[in-house]
Amino acid sequence: MGNYFQPEIETASQEQIKEWQSERLVKQVKHVYDNVAMYRERMDEMGVKPEDIKGVEDLHKLPFTTKDDLREQYPYGLLAKPLSECVRIQSTSGTTGRRVVAFYTQHDIDLWDECCARAIVAAGGTNEDVVHVCYGYGLFTGGPGLNGGSHKVGSLTLPMSSGNTERQIQFMTDLGSTILCCTPSYAAYLAESIHERGVKDKIKLKAGIFGAEAWTEEMRHDIEEKLGIKAYDIYGLTEISGPGVSFECSEQTGMHVNEDHFIAEVINPKTGEVLPDGEKGELVFTSITKEAFPLLRYRTRDICILSRKKCSCGRTHVKMTKPLGRSDDMLIVKGVNVFPSQIETVLLNKGYAANYQIIVTRVNNSDNLEVQVEMTPEMFSDSVAEIEKNEKELVGALKAMLGIYADVKLVAPKSITRSEGKAVRVIDKRNLYQS
Amino acid sequence: MEVKQISVFVENKVGNLAEVAKVMSDAGISLHAISLADTKDFGVLRLLVDDTYNAANVLRDKGYIFSLTPVIAVATTDEPGSLYDILTIFDEADINLEYLYDVNTGKKDKVYIIFKVSDNVLAQNILKKKGVRIITQEEMSE
Ligand SMILES: [Zn+2]
Repeated sequence: MGNYFQPEIETASQEQIKEWQSERLVKQVKHVYDNVAMYRERMDEMGVKPEDIKGVEDLHKLPFTTKDDLREQYPYGLLAKPLSECVRIQSTSGTTGRRVVAFYTQHDIDLWDECCARAIVAAGGTNEDVVHVCYGYGLFTGGPGLNGGSHKVGSLTLPMSSGNTERQIQFMTDLGSTILCCTPSYAAYLAESIHERGVKDKIKLKAGIFGAEAWTEEMRHDIEEKLGIKAYDIYGLTEISGPGVSFECSEQTGMHVNEDHFIAEVINPKTGEVLPDGEKGELVFTSITKEAFPLLRYRTRDICILSRKKCSCGRTHVKMTKPLGRSDDMLIVKGVNVFPSQIETVLLNKGYAANYQIIVTRVNNSDNLEVQVEMTPEMFSDSVAEIEKNEKELVGALKAMLGIYADVKLVAPKSITRSEGKAVRVIDKRNLYQS
Repeated sequence: MEVKQISVFVENKVGNLAEVAKVMSDAGISLHAISLADTKDFGVLRLLVDDTYNAANVLRDKGYIFSLTPVIAVATTDEPGSLYDILTIFDEADINLEYLYDVNTGKKDKVYIIFKVSDNVLAQNILKKKGVRIITQEEMSE
């Protein structure tokens, strides 16, 4: 058993959760149909009336929402409340095309904060804790989300935002931060920096809540060991609210979805067919309590598996695996599917750091995959032959994992670009999707 | 009696060597010897300096990856055959030579050669027995 922020909700029976979901979905569909032209038109086209939706079992009758829809409806197309009732926007760091802007009423902020509070409590947080938030603040949801959650728990909140490692470590030691919230790559970077400065003894961290980018079990062990903490995963997306859509518990075998607010489905990404629990497919969310920016069946592009197996923490909400890949991050190189997480696994197994960059180019109509890897003190040797021997082994292991040859290039430490604390993992120079 | 060499990881990019040299000179550290072993993508830059401790701290602060490698420094003449003699000594004792490079002492009759071998202790004992003069870290800075 564990600690809960809202025990009566987090450990409710699955029947009770279903009842809440059905009741809220019916209400939400009506709200959306009445206030959002895009949904009204789509439902009319499909011949679905709000009255046809009587509970969660009717969810599959509703239209999907895609990222493209969000871009097309920018900025106000999907707004379901008057602006006078909205108090905040957040936005995603889009790399192509228009940004996505999400709106929040105070009610929406409160429920989001509650979701984050559940995650902090699941990681062992109480009002005695010092929560060190070095996710970016601003349009990015990471900082504001965990900040709000920490307030709800009553912990002392350090709104550090990202960057300025020197200051992060100083506050961490001077104010005795106990829970660290940031991206896993920044956590790994901080761990390295703390190690380098020899100040590990002055750090009081006991747990970390890391999300907003893909990371592996190996990376988790690496961070846990270096910082002497338990590292918890958290999942979320701006379109649905922000971090805290789901979060990990003490079992660390998947993230509980906050099902009283978000209904999760897994679908076949090609056909849109709903898949049973336990099958791998694209994760889809419907937000059933949000007022300002409620989305129906939003396709996340994350590939996941849902599980309703009983969890030792006592929570009853469905668990999702961490994203096993992204249908749009997946690279096709020489006709082979390549997921960055596969490359990360190999690097960590071979003793390299998880800081890498994948560069795909096309020369004379032939794809070329280059993996840039940061050199670490452990892998460095005075002997060029020794370094080259390790490099060859890495190339062999990558070939075994990916099925294709990847060129490895060793680069100087900390030379791989980071933006908002997020490492840029893939650079595809082939321009395959030129518009 | 070994001399501490600093081996630094550098990417094979224009300006990287100059950058290390500048980091050293900015910190007031003099270079006795500099030698690069490189591949297409990266290199190991080997340095002998007058203040190894200070140089290591400066490199660490700047985020470089490096290691300290004990090497043997030998004084020889620039007569033909003197290097050959030493290599023969190693060969006869089954000592593997990984690499060697020379140090510019600025004096015509004074040549130092740096050896990285498989067994430093054995190599030094045999060299001494054969009357070869081994240079200490202090002598290096003179
Ligand atoms: Zn659990």
